[in-house]
This record gives sequence, C-alpha cells and structure tokens, in this order.
Amino acid sequence: MSRLKNNYENSRFHRFEAWMAGDTDILKGKLEIRRPEEPEEQEIELDETKINAAVYDMVHNRELRAFRILYRLASVILCLTLIAVLLWTVVYLPKFGEPDNPINNEVSARYIEKGVEETGATNFVTGMILDYRAFDTFGESCVLFIAATCVQVLLRLDDSGSREKQKKKRAEENDRIYEPKNDLILQKVSCVLVPLLFIFGIYIILNGHLSPGGGFSGGAVIGSGLILYLNAFGFKKTERFFTDRTFRRITLAALTFYCLAKSYSFFTGANHLESGIPLGTPGAILSSGLILPLNICVGLVVACTMYAFYTLFRKGGM
Amino acid sequence: MRIFELCLLLGLIICALAVSFTKRLLTSIIIYMSYSSIMAVIWVILQSPDLAVTEAAVGAGVTSLLFFVTLKKIRAIKEENRDEQTEE
Repeated sequence: MSRLKNNYENSRFHRFEAWMAGDTDILKGKLEIRRPEEPEEQEIELDETKINAAVYDMVHNRELRAFRILYRLASVILCLTLIAVLLWTVVYLPKFGEPDNPINNEVSARYIEKGVEETGATNFVTGMILDYRAFDTFGESCVLFIAATCVQVLLRLDDSGSREKQKKKRAEENDRIYEPKNDLILQKVSCVLVPLLFIFGIYIILNGHLSPGGGFSGGAVIGSGLILYLNAFGFKKTERFFTDRTFRRITLAALTFYCLAKSYSFFTGANHLESGIPLGTPGAILSSGLILPLNICVGLVVACTMYAFYTLFRKGGM
Repeated sequence: MRIFELCLLLGLIICALAVSFTKRLLTSIIIYMSYSSIMAVIWVILQSPDLAVTEAAVGAGVTSLLFFVTLKKIRAIKEENRDEQTEE
C-alpha cells in the first residue's frame, strides 16, 4: 500500500495536481533562491511626549513659529475679505419689500391670484411646493431617503466574526447599558410631552393645505417625539413598533405613492385629460385634491428618516 | 416690536460668534441650539411660521441631538458613571 502511495506521490500527475492546488512550488530546488537579508532591527524608542515637545517646541523651532504666524494672518485676511465681498454684494441687492423688486414678477402674481382656484389649498406655500413644484419636493424626499441609506452604509454594524465577539461588539455599541436606566424625570416628562408632540405633528401634517406647516415640519416634530420616547423608555419598547423593516416599508410605500400619484396628475395635466381628482371646497380639510395625501407621504418619510438617523448614530442599526 | 427685533438679531450675532469662540464642544452645541431657537422666533416675525416650526424641530432638536450622540461616540463627552458605581 505504502509503495503504491509513494509511486503516486512521485508521479507527474500528482505533481501537476499539487501545483494546481498551489501546494508545491514547481521550481523548488531548481532555481537559486536566496533569502533577502533581514535588516537589522533597530529599536526605536517612541516617546510621544518627547516627540511632541520636539515638534511643538515654539522657542527653538523657528519654521513652526513662522508658519503659525502666517497661518493666523492668512486666516484673518481670508475671513475679512470674505466678509467684505459679501457685504459689498449686499449693497447691490434690491431693498427689502419694495413693490418693483425683480422677485415680484408674473410667477408669484399667478401663485397668489390663481393659487387657491387651481390647487384648492388656502395656504399657498403648500400649494406651491406640493402642486406647482411637486417634483422638487419629491426630489427632496428622495434625498432624505438616500441620506438615511448612506448613514446606514457608513455606520452599520459589521456582522462578521464569532457570536461572542459580535455580542460584545453590540453591547459596546448599544451605549444605553452604560447610562442610568429608567430616568424617572425624563419618563414622567415624556409621558406628558410625547402624545402632545405626536398630536401636534399630525395636526400640522393634516392641516398643511389650510394653515402654516406641511409634511416636512410635521414629520420633523413627529420624529423628535419618537426620539424623545426612545430616550425615555429605551430600544426595547420602540423595537416593538419600529424596526428596520418598518422603516423600509413605510419609506418605500410613501415614496412610491408620491411618485405614482404626482406622475399621474402631471400626465393628465400636460395632456389636457380629465384628472378625476376632485379639488373640493377651499378651506375644508378634505380639499385640494392630492395635496393632503402627498403631505402625509412627505411627513411619514421625514419622521422615519429623523428617527432612523438617531438610532443609526446611537447603535448602528434600527 | 422694533427693539425686540433688534435684540433678537443682536442675540443671533452673539450666538454665532460664541459658537466659534467656545473651547468646549458641548457648550458650543448648546449655543447652537439657542441660535436655532432665536432664528425660529425671527422666522415668526418675518411671517413664515411654517419655517419657524421646521427650524425649531430640526435645528434646535434633531440636529443638536445628532451632535450630542456623535460627541458621545467619539468620547468627547466624559461619561459620568457615578450612579452605576454606587449601585455596585
């Protein structure tokens, strides 16, 4: 048996196979290979305080001193020139609130005169950003979503490594364990504040076309309410209703609905088709066609993004 | 009203300068928060309450919270573990 094995090990096929697998070097013993001479290891003492003292020796290091003075001078000069240039530009701006300023052109006149009639929104700031310029707002919502995704890419926890290691890592990242738990003052205050914040945010979103406000501000208010709730009661309670999956589903659904609804209304508007979306009477809450659902979409995206930012910064996941 | 407005603008400038001149990062974030709050009141005076709500929620709320968390992550804020030490 052993003889057979020896035969096989010497055979050309085995050597080829071993070479293919990268086990042996086919040139071994045939080339003259000299080991590179190992450089003598010099022990360098790294005394950081000494190095720092030598580098930042302001008394003897003349170059450094000159550089410092030059740096400060340059920064001051740069700042002053920037201020001067900006102030100089301000002089040439038209006076604030004059009737014949270039901003008071036919565009804003049209928004003010026909805005209520065309969009049905009594708050024509919302009418402008969610009807005339709805695609701008769509881009902004997408930017928020992309920002949340980028933060997730950058701050996500690495899943590799053994389970023990991962557990330790998670414990380190989840810094709540180092904090005083169940802070009574925070909990009592948030018991009062969180419902009020939620109601206020929902009110702002739903009344976006009637009173000042809209999706973005309402969403930000709801997001800060969520963050307050998280700080008071911890991740365990928020994870019951808000996880990574909820974030993805809500954001994706809201953005898709926004895109489809606005594309439809732009398509029908551009081709003089009946859109079939009733505008309703201005001033009623169910009015102004698509603006209310679009406001809700923007609010959902913004609230989710705010909360996602915070949780990603806190523990690298939702 | 005029005087109130001027006071607010002055406070805005003072806050903006103070943010860059404070040595401690935590203090500068809190000054930044107050800057945003003043700015929110100015937006109300300039008759754009929707911007004021956004400024108060985003500028004074969420952004500074993110700054706080970042400072904590890079260990710029020293953690106070007194409570846990006494428990142990």
